[in-house]
Amino acid sequence: MDKFRMIFQFLQSNQESFMNGICGIMALASTQIYSAFDFNCPCLPRYNLAYGLGILLVPPFILFLLGFVLNNNISMLAEEWRRPRGQRRKDPAVLRYMFCSMAQRAMIAPVVWVSVTLLDGKCITCAFCTSVPVETLGNASHPGLSQGDIKRVLARIPCKEIYDGQELIANEVAVRYLRCISQALGWCFVLLMTMLAFLVRSLRPCFTQAAFLKSRYWSHYIDIERKLFDETCTEHARSFAKVCIQQFFESMSTDLVAAHCHLPRKDPEDAGEATEKLLGITDWDTMNTALKSWHRCKPALNLHPPALPTGNGWAGEGQPPVHPPVPQKEMAAYYSWV
Amino acid sequence: MMDRFRMIFQYFQSNSESVMNGICGLLTLASIKMYTCIEFSCPCLPQYNMAYGLGIMFVPPIALFLCGLILNRQSLVMLEEWSRPQGRRKKDLAVIRYLCSSIMQRAMVAPAAWIIVTLLDGKCLICAFSGSMDPENFVDFASASPVQVQQLLAKVPCKDEELMRNNTSHKAVSSYLRCWSQALGWSILLILIIAAFLARWLRPCFNQAALMQARHWSNYIDIEQKIFEETCCEHSRLFAHKCILHFFESMRQEIKLHSFSLPRQGKGTEGEEDLLRGITDQDQVNKLLKTWYYEKPPLDVSKATQRHPLGQERSSLPRADSPRTGSQFPQHSDV
Repeated sequence: MDKFRMIFQFLQSNQESFMNGICGIMALASTQIYSAFDFNCPCLPRYNLAYGLGILLVPPFILFLLGFVLNNNISMLAEEWRRPRGQRRKDPAVLRYMFCSMAQRAMIAPVVWVSVTLLDGKCITCAFCTSVPVETLGNASHPGLSQGDIKRVLARIPCKEIYDGQELIANEVAVRYLRCISQALGWCFVLLMTMLAFLVRSLRPCFTQAAFLKSRYWSHYIDIERKLFDETCTEHARSFAKVCIQQFFESMSTDLVAAHCHLPRKDPEDAGEATEKLLGITDWDTMNTALKSWHRCKPALNLHPPALPTGNGWAGEGQPPVHPPVPQKEMAAYYSWV
Repeated sequence: MMDRFRMIFQYFQSNSESVMNGICGLLTLASIKMYTCIEFSCPCLPQYNMAYGLGIMFVPPIALFLCGLILNRQSLVMLEEWSRPQGRRKKDLAVIRYLCSSIMQRAMVAPAAWIIVTLLDGKCLICAFSGSMDPENFVDFASASPVQVQQLLAKVPCKDEELMRNNTSHKAVSSYLRCWSQALGWSILLILIIAAFLARWLRPCFNQAALMQARHWSNYIDIEQKIFEETCCEHSRLFAHKCILHFFESMRQEIKLHSFSLPRQGKGTEGEEDLLRGITDQDQVNKLLKTWYYEKPPLDVSKATQRHPLGQERSSLPRADSPRTGSQFPQHSDV
């Protein structure tokens, strides 16, 4: 139980570690989506290239943007970027750090998709099947076929069931060739990305480590400060609401005491905690009136002075805190509601 | 084990936004799961294909959208804030707009997921538009008569045995439509993601302070409503407790008045006698239960009413006052 709580706190405390988790999930999700996706080459000359390269490049772009969208830091970055200077300087190094860290994390899922696609080979086979070197692999001197016809025949290489150019070039030969190129590209891509990541991680401390530590600290600070501000506002809203509702009930019972002068006073022996908690509402009519009043005439967002030092109204409503109202005034107000 | 679950619930409930995000995510996963579970069966008839295909593509998203609106607690909060009379609190339209946009955004995720999954799968579009293909482009269809062509095209989504002779063209039509369907699906996904990205990136650039105010006050309204409900619950609990105590007390007094042989005051513990509240045998309990059903006490726990005993069946009993069913206060006209 403590372990669980520690994990939650750890994940919540640092937006970065939370994002690492999301990043890993998205990388797994991208492989899952690729395997679930039914790749369907159109096998038509003009469409193959568009489809193949589309599947190779569009989903990574989507995953990249999704990595940004899911990252809460993006609005923090934009806010920090656009805020007026006020009494706090703006540090461009912090903004750069935040952006780089977000971009690095967002790049993982697209890289995974591109690698998996290239290693699988279907995309490249579909996209470049019309560019297969027929002279070297097949029978280029096959008579009677114009360029357009050759292209049309080659375009059907990925679709084995409808391939009709076995004399021109064997289907297996072409597919093997294209897949081999695709896998070579895939492995080169993986190697390149890994080397890039290695260089970035190992060389960065050699340059500007002090500045990096500073930027990282202040970006974490901004994140934590924003969270604490939100929590404080929520706590304040909760206390505000409690006092507001309490004063609402008190004013209801004060109204009724003023309106019904023959209400018997509370018996001393009955003055217990339970009676206090009943807030002066002790019958059906009173409760109904209270509930109706809650909907029809919500109390002003203006707590009386004994509760809070300042009254916080809506934006634009600047009522000064009023003294506790005289009963007669309240009675008039009460009757005007109903 | 239970502690763990409780902690997870508390974590999610602590922040109502994360609750709603959770619900949104669950609804999206449910929509994807539903799509994979439902057996898509195209009717393969010229008149019905398009209706079925487009119906499967658009009707469930509407249902999912409405589900998303219903399951979101903020919808009720927003509607209440919108419809309440002004009273003593000004209405802030910015808050209502903020709530509305937040609700709409969350409710749109599951329908969008359904439509995109449908398009990426391709079956719906193939079913809907196979009849609209131009038969000239496909060798085997070009030779058939127009009526036959319509029938054959309509049968493309269903892999019937008799179509094996038209194998190539059937697969070509299917493959062509699926390619378009997937391209459309990816394009829509791309557009939506770009829109979401721009919205998140650009929002702080416009009027961030007003946004923070709207968010704070919408949060406040939510919290206030919750606390009001809690206060009312607690109040009704106490109210019920007092009401029932008064009822038992008045039953005890009535029994004391009517029984000629008072129950012997034994030397038992005070506490136990208090709990029994003077109801100590089967007849008394039965009478109490019957009175509870036939004559529920009035909803009034102020001291004045508890002096008047309940019960109407003993008409011979002289009463100080007629039994009341309502409040002793003057009736308000609006209740």
